Amino acid sequence: MNQFQYMRVTNPKAAVAAVSKDNTTMFLAGGTNLIDLMKRGVEAPEKLVDITRIPLNTIEKTATGLRIGALAKNTAVAEHELVVKNFPLLSMALNAGASPQLRNMATIGGNMMQRTRCSYFYDTALPCNKREPGSGCGAIGGYNRMHAIFGTSTKCIAVHPSDMCIALVALDATVNVSGPKGDRRIPFADFHRLPGDTPQKDNMLQPGELIMSVDLPMNGFAGNSHYLKVRDRASYAFALVSVGVGLKMSGNTIQDVRLAMGGVAHKPWRLTEAEKFLKGKPATEATFKQAAELAMKGAKGHGENDFKLTMAPNSIVEALKTAAKTA
Amino acid sequence: MTKDTKNPPIDRVDGRMKVTGGAKYFAEFEMPNTTYCVIVGSEIAKGAIASLDTKKAAGAPGVLGVFTHQNMPPIPGWDAPVQGNGNGPPPGPPSGGEKYRILHTNKILFYGQPMAMVVADTFERATYAASLVKATYTKQPHQTDLTKNLEKGVTPKGPRFEDYLRGNADAYKSAPVTLEVKYTIPIEVHQPMELHGVLAGWTGDDKVMVYAKTQGVKGTQKSVAEAFKIDPNNVHVHTEFMGGGFGMGLRTWPQEIAVVAIAKKVGRPVKLVITRNQMFSLVGHRPTTVQTINMGADTNGKLVGLSHAATGETATYEDFTEGTVSMTKFMYACPNVSTKYKIVPLDRGVPIWMRGPGEATGAFALESAMDEMATKLKLDPIEFRLRNYTETDPEHNRPYSDKNLKEAYQKGAEAIGWSSRKAEPGSNRDSDWLVGYGMSSGTFNASKGGATARAVLNADGTLLLQCSVTDIGPGTGTAMTMIAHNVLGVPVEKIKVEYGDSALPNSPQQGGSTITSTVGSAVHQVCTSVKKSLIDMATQSGTPLAGIKADDLTVADGFVSADGDSSKKVAIADLLKKANLTTLDKTEESKANGKPDEQKYSMYSFSVHFVQVRVNPSTGVVRVSKAVSVADSGRIISPKTAASQMIGGVAGGIGMALTEEAVIDHRFGRIVNNNLADYHVAVSADVPHTETIVIDKPDPYINPMGAKGMGEIALIGFAAAVANAVFNATGQRIRDLPITPDKLLRTA
Ligand SMILES: Cc1cc2nc3c(=O)[nH]c(=O)nc-3n(C[C@H](O)[C@H](O)[C@H](O)COP(=O)(O)OP(=O)(O)OC[C@H]3O[C@@H](n4cnc5c(N)ncnc54)[C@H](O)[C@@H]3O)c2cc1C
Ligand code: SF4
Repeated sequence: MNQFQYMRVTNPKAAVAAVSKDNTTMFLAGGTNLIDLMKRGVEAPEKLVDITRIPLNTIEKTATGLRIGALAKNTAVAEHELVVKNFPLLSMALNAGASPQLRNMATIGGNMMQRTRCSYFYDTALPCNKREPGSGCGAIGGYNRMHAIFGTSTKCIAVHPSDMCIALVALDATVNVSGPKGDRRIPFADFHRLPGDTPQKDNMLQPGELIMSVDLPMNGFAGNSHYLKVRDRASYAFALVSVGVGLKMSGNTIQDVRLAMGGVAHKPWRLTEAEKFLKGKPATEATFKQAAELAMKGAKGHGENDFKLTMAPNSIVEALKTAAKTA
Repeated sequence: MTKDTKNPPIDRVDGRMKVTGGAKYFAEFEMPNTTYCVIVGSEIAKGAIASLDTKKAAGAPGVLGVFTHQNMPPIPGWDAPVQGNGNGPPPGPPSGGEKYRILHTNKILFYGQPMAMVVADTFERATYAASLVKATYTKQPHQTDLTKNLEKGVTPKGPRFEDYLRGNADAYKSAPVTLEVKYTIPIEVHQPMELHGVLAGWTGDDKVMVYAKTQGVKGTQKSVAEAFKIDPNNVHVHTEFMGGGFGMGLRTWPQEIAVVAIAKKVGRPVKLVITRNQMFSLVGHRPTTVQTINMGADTNGKLVGLSHAATGETATYEDFTEGTVSMTKFMYACPNVSTKYKIVPLDRGVPIWMRGPGEATGAFALESAMDEMATKLKLDPIEFRLRNYTETDPEHNRPYSDKNLKEAYQKGAEAIGWSSRKAEPGSNRDSDWLVGYGMSSGTFNASKGGATARAVLNADGTLLLQCSVTDIGPGTGTAMTMIAHNVLGVPVEKIKVEYGDSALPNSPQQGGSTITSTVGSAVHQVCTSVKKSLIDMATQSGTPLAGIKADDLTVADGFVSADGDSSKKVAIADLLKKANLTTLDKTEESKANGKPDEQKYSMYSFSVHFVQVRVNPSTGVVRVSKAVSVADSGRIISPKTAASQMIGGVAGGIGMALTEEAVIDHRFGRIVNNNLADYHVAVSADVPHTETIVIDKPDPYINPMGAKGMGEIALIGFAAAVANAVFNATGQRIRDLPITPDKLLRTA
């Protein structure tokens, strides 16, 4: 680990000012990802700006829904009454992530910003375009069992590892950020990006920008939500594939639906075509299968992760079946 | 008390210390002026260091030295067999190349091989300085893929590893029902919570104190003494507690010797704690192994022929061997049996025994194949095993000292609810999940080695036991307490056990499921000797017990008393006083049983594992929903810690069956999932309620307690039970561990 400076700030302005000055300064939230990356030599910031004392950890009702502060802990959000009642999908997704200890430390902003778990990204002795642009992608032709089947590029096939983000993209969240050039709102679906030629960039956040909060609009999915996480062990493992579903049912007819997948792309993967198809259809295994087929259009395996081409559609059907039943 | 009585379940004697932080592990010790060492490992698998820039590191704050092959202090016994310790790998030239000596040349033999050891005044400064060491390499092509190098397999030296043949090797081919199958297991890594390392400080010119993470302090003492050509009595090694060993502490690793050398050079104690990442390359692993089983049976379900061939990896610089094919030779009644065992030298760090060792690897193949054959024969897997049951050891043509496997099958089957198993695979469904049942057996050699124990009985009725054995966690201290209690009747809470220190009486290392038998026998013997002295003193003329035969006397609770007449008794305190003694202090050596080949009986522990699994056919997820393990390992000395051992075996077995695999990217020769987030050991949520059952019948021949080991059998065979259950649930046979969801979806 490098020598680094550490400073605390208590308001967003000071945080933004400190980090926008130079690109070797980074925000520190729960530290559950950043400190690991520093220990492995993947990140080597010269200065850490501890933002955990900024009062951005509230969870409150707004005119249109719910606002969750960027520094709210994963556990606090997962267990919050308003979240459990109105957005159970978010609760389920958060609780499916990491371990209780990590969730007690991890923040909402940090969770969105966590880096990929690609082994080559973590191991500085091995090539990785995300860590060291131009060094090559170790995962292509290598150990890519965990990797993406949608939206990959010849430069990078990594996935975004978050569970929470699958729920947020499904629930039409919006991200509020504050930066040197002022405040702006980013639709959650546009927050993360595909790797293209610049896999070093995970998302659309500009240098110095601080995530302030996430807004969730009220919806009618609370009664029929499900987060299915398929993983190698029963807990404390990243998703091979995950599916977030919210259904608004009228009898056995799907009035409205939100569907997103994790473990399959460089960003939380919203299944808009499948959603369109499902609207107005009866909740039957046959329609779920058709929706899954639509969702899989364009999917491509990279060898070790070819099984996801089967696991993903199967999981979509499973998750839809469970969500339809939960009422 | 006699050995025919079952032992009561006493609490683990060191339990309180462990949960309150009172138990000290090697890295928690401090010596005055301790310095900290961090290893810089190579980033290639084979070749040579072209240049090594250590200037920046050497100049970094707090750095006391950067040791490389260019400035490593000499180790006088360098050419002595410093690797291994007694039980260690055979000396002599390795099959694959030349021996490895740490920081000795610029040659690189495996990924992660230490190139530099940086010493600084704090761990953080050493870590930082280590990051400044920069190397360039001359690379050579490496071979790290066992499956691509099988033809390079060599038969290791030693009678244990010779090709074995009984009857006709080809007999299986002409049997009415035949099976030819291949099984593979990946690299598994021990990964106990406690990281490996050592703390060493010289307390004189030729005297050194070593706090180690070793399964045998005497072995480490010998290794250090040989390396530095000093009197073993001048090497003091301490390992009272170990945060999990599973085999990784069965030898002294080269970096431990290097730390001792560096401590001498810098003139201060040096502490090394390797990183989790380095735990994947510097302290061994269960070798990846490819096995084939050929089996033939007649239509009555009798085995006609059986052959088992296994090829495991070793390093180029050292031969690693284990008993992968042993079980096949004696487990079932079969007239025609052949086995072959080979090792392939690869450009990798050397493996080391991992719980169950080769027998666990071999049992996965044999017990999976037994299940496959039972399916072909349309027989219940237990029935198939019973039809091939043997009361005598067919390998040595002699009886087993004690075998109750039939009873174990029956008890386990009852406990799991075997009658709910449906013979037709894939036919048991519970909503979206398929349910399956599987079973398998395990066995491991039971023996008794030599050890010495000291017993000190005090006038206040307390008893001190001493032996240098390390308790790696199974509850050795608790077992010793129980044995002493049974002989001397001293209440358990008045017995203190001291162990894990080389200054104490001799013990072999804790490994191979031998310690309860070995050290337990020494404790039994020395306590028996104390008892005899007490009885001699108590029956001298003039005492109330004079003239009573020893057999009619009981020693318990501080008194020697006459059986059947409790009014006739003498207090031990009075006996000592009368003899002008403050303590009764004895040390006795218990001898090893003769070599296995010279015995009248074959001695083994046996186990049976039963599991119920649930498989989701659309996601490929497997969950073990119920587990039952039955141990047939003689008299159980400490029921609670024995049950813990078995539960630990189940947890390890679930990891072996479903989750554990260290993956090498062969382009780099490097394990890529080298951390605990990506290398999946089973977590609590993976381990269901586990029922443990013990047969608890004394083995009449092995030792005075009738106790046999159970550490290995708790794991051996378990993975096959899971694979067999997965087959029963789904009809899919996975022969390549671990059984991860992708494999079930691929073969679906
Ligand atoms: C072993 C392990 C297992 C895990 N398993 C899972 C899992 O199964 N599922 C899952 O979803 N996650 C998992 N995680 C990841 C975990 O969710 C993240 O580490 C955590 O959410 C990060 O939050 P943090 O507050 O600790 O972020 P930090 O580590 O403090 O920061 C992470 C990054 O975010 C930036 N950042 C933080 N806050 C802000 C902000 N407000 N504005 C702008 N930038 C910010 C930091 O500069 C840094 O770059 C796991 C982690 C570990 C270590
Ligand atoms: S997939 Fe992306 S993160 Fe992984 S090695 Fe390739 S470039 Fe790096």
